[in-house]
Amino acid sequence: MPALEASLSTGLHQPSDAGSLRRALRRGERGRKRMALALIVPLALFLLVSFLVPIALLLARGFTEREVPQIWPATAAALRAWDGTGLPDKAVASLFVEDLVASRRSGQLSTAASRLNYAVPGARTLVIRTAVALPLPPGSEPLAGLIQLDPRWGERETWAAMRQAAHGYTGFYLLAALDLRTDADGQVQPVPQEQAVFIDVFARTFWISAVVAALCALFGYPLAYMLANLPERVAHVLLVFVLVPFWTSVLVRTAAWMVLLQDRGLINDLLRDLGLIAEPLQLIYNRTGVYIAMTHVLLPYFVLPLYAVMKCVPAATQRAALSLGATPLQTFWRVYFPQTAPGAAAGALIVFILALGYYITPALVGGPEDQMISYFIAFYTNQSLNWGMAAALSLVLLAATLLLLLVHGRLSGRRELTMR
Amino acid sequence: MKKTAMISVCAMACFVATGLGGCTDSVRQRDLTIVGWGGSSQRAHRDAYWTSFVVDTGITLQEDVWHGGIGVLRTKIQAGAADWDIVQVETEELILGCEEGLFEPINWQMLGGREAFIEPSVHDCGVGAMVWSQLFGYDADRMPEGPRNWAQFWDVQRFPGRRGLRRTPKYTLEFALMADGVEPADVYSVLRTPQGVDRAFRKLDELKPYTVWWSSISQVPDLLASGQVAVSMTSPGRLLVANREEGRNFRVVWDGNIYAVDYWVILKGSPRKAQAMQLIAHMKQPQNEVRLPQFIPTGLSNREAIAMLDPALKRDTPSNPENLRHAVELDAQFWVENSDALTRRFNAWAAR
Repeated sequence: MPALEASLSTGLHQPSDAGSLRRALRRGERGRKRMALALIVPLALFLLVSFLVPIALLLARGFTEREVPQIWPATAAALRAWDGTGLPDKAVASLFVEDLVASRRSGQLSTAASRLNYAVPGARTLVIRTAVALPLPPGSEPLAGLIQLDPRWGERETWAAMRQAAHGYTGFYLLAALDLRTDADGQVQPVPQEQAVFIDVFARTFWISAVVAALCALFGYPLAYMLANLPERVAHVLLVFVLVPFWTSVLVRTAAWMVLLQDRGLINDLLRDLGLIAEPLQLIYNRTGVYIAMTHVLLPYFVLPLYAVMKCVPAATQRAALSLGATPLQTFWRVYFPQTAPGAAAGALIVFILALGYYITPALVGGPEDQMISYFIAFYTNQSLNWGMAAALSLVLLAATLLLLLVHGRLSGRRELTMR
Repeated sequence: MKKTAMISVCAMACFVATGLGGCTDSVRQRDLTIVGWGGSSQRAHRDAYWTSFVVDTGITLQEDVWHGGIGVLRTKIQAGAADWDIVQVETEELILGCEEGLFEPINWQMLGGREAFIEPSVHDCGVGAMVWSQLFGYDADRMPEGPRNWAQFWDVQRFPGRRGLRRTPKYTLEFALMADGVEPADVYSVLRTPQGVDRAFRKLDELKPYTVWWSSISQVPDLLASGQVAVSMTSPGRLLVANREEGRNFRVVWDGNIYAVDYWVILKGSPRKAQAMQLIAHMKQPQNEVRLPQFIPTGLSNREAIAMLDPALKRDTPSNPENLRHAVELDAQFWVENSDALTRRFNAWAAR
């Protein structure tokens, strides 16, 4: 807009009264903009304080270390200075012994111990048992004393994991979210195969969401078309059938699908009574169940925006196409569909993005190989309290989603250009 | 125009301010709130204890339901103004929460001292609420003679049909080891070795094609009754209550069960700490506690109450010594330490 105005004022000779008119217009415009801004200030502030800041703080846990640097500050500083070869010297060990005692007294021991356990399963008990067994016998050398308490203190991996957790910023969680880790030498390595799960789960999450969006488009487009072209009164009645499920809790709808899809559920019974099948079809606790239930749950999000767009397509354009000799199919494909495509794209995008975060539905009607990434985010948040891992997984999901949106924006932008 | 904008900003600010003020106010004035696991368990606690507590003391009591997850409690307490006072938690939540300082210490004097209770139900931060077990059950109307132990649970030739297991490594790995011939007493020492974990997963491989993985225990009665699975891991209470209330013919098998204690905890900073302690004391008085098994088959924690309990009610609970003969207590420490790594491995395994 400013560029346009600039070219207007430089490229064309304007009579001066037109210039002052434009200035006055611009002034008025500016006032209105300011007014509009003032109106959204409360909401923006509210969102900032209650939404954006907490989310940012939580996500920051995905790449910051708080436990070790805060709870064992002296040890953390000493470990940062250690070069990571061999074992740390006895000065580090003696600082660590002091920090252990202090953290046990302040009640923060287990928090730091849990952090080490994320990197080395079993480290939690190691740290807590060691702290309980302190102080070391008088006159004993600290590192040797620790090793005597538990030989794992003589292993470089234990200290390397602590050193990794001693820095303020960390790649630990983000690497883990991508099935990677750093070994004792600081080299990035893939995790052992039996631990590698997240890449798979991310791929699965995006795949399921894409399939659900495609299914919603497949079923939703004809439905929206019908709704948009029926007489108003009938359409309003039918819209209720779309809206009632839309307002019903996801949990209730998923539970209903559990009743319908099970071995002796309505669908299998019907098919059996009709003689179509002898053995019940496996419709639930697998991917099929997830697709069916998620498509149904998310269908209104596709239909409603598309319906709104279709209502605004002027019937005259189609009549014109027909009168100019286009076949009905051509009319639909070349005249009607392009006008509704933005609505369909918006609907599909909403469905896709909502599906990415789905949790309840796959949990109830899916098998273990159908769980999506939110299952793991919930697990780390609620069950194991590993909020760093939860934040890192969320960050990766957010980044991947934004990337996809960007690509989508680019592609659809280009399509619109070529259409013009 | 500008004035209107200012007014709307002010109105908004006032709205937000009064809204927040209202919240803190309602927290200050809310009633004593107790939180259980919902369903038949919550009903049983209400009938056994809570109604009589309200009648005896005149204290109004509010109930809520949760589905576990220490993260929920941490969030509530970190946000300040937690709206719960007493919560029923599982052992891992007790351990993690107590170490994090999320719970008030228990006043054991008010409960008659630690010695009055069976040992696993005594903790600095919690009192045993009930003893429960994980075992397996089947519908005797469909399968008159079902498996008798975990090895037979795994035997799909002799007992055809799908198997229901909880979709978590917890319990599943333990049961797999018992099916593979590990004695209950040795389960956790085997599971603490990498070879033991491999062994459990190898045993699970055998059953994988026949398994339906459920996520919520409330699904189990339906899964069994509808024939979706032939045998399922379960807690006995769900099935026995269905037998009593819906005339089902479910049978539970105690061989190789895993038992654990649920605890009552008081959330840190509860404004109604004294009342909360009073309610816990009420629930733990022997003559009150002994009522619970009338409503749901679970084990008790007060020694005197266990001695008073009607043997017929005791039969189907972990308070029956018979039922703990070939059983193992859940090792919550093991799971606190290994659940991250094993959950990851379990899900990687399941997807393969």
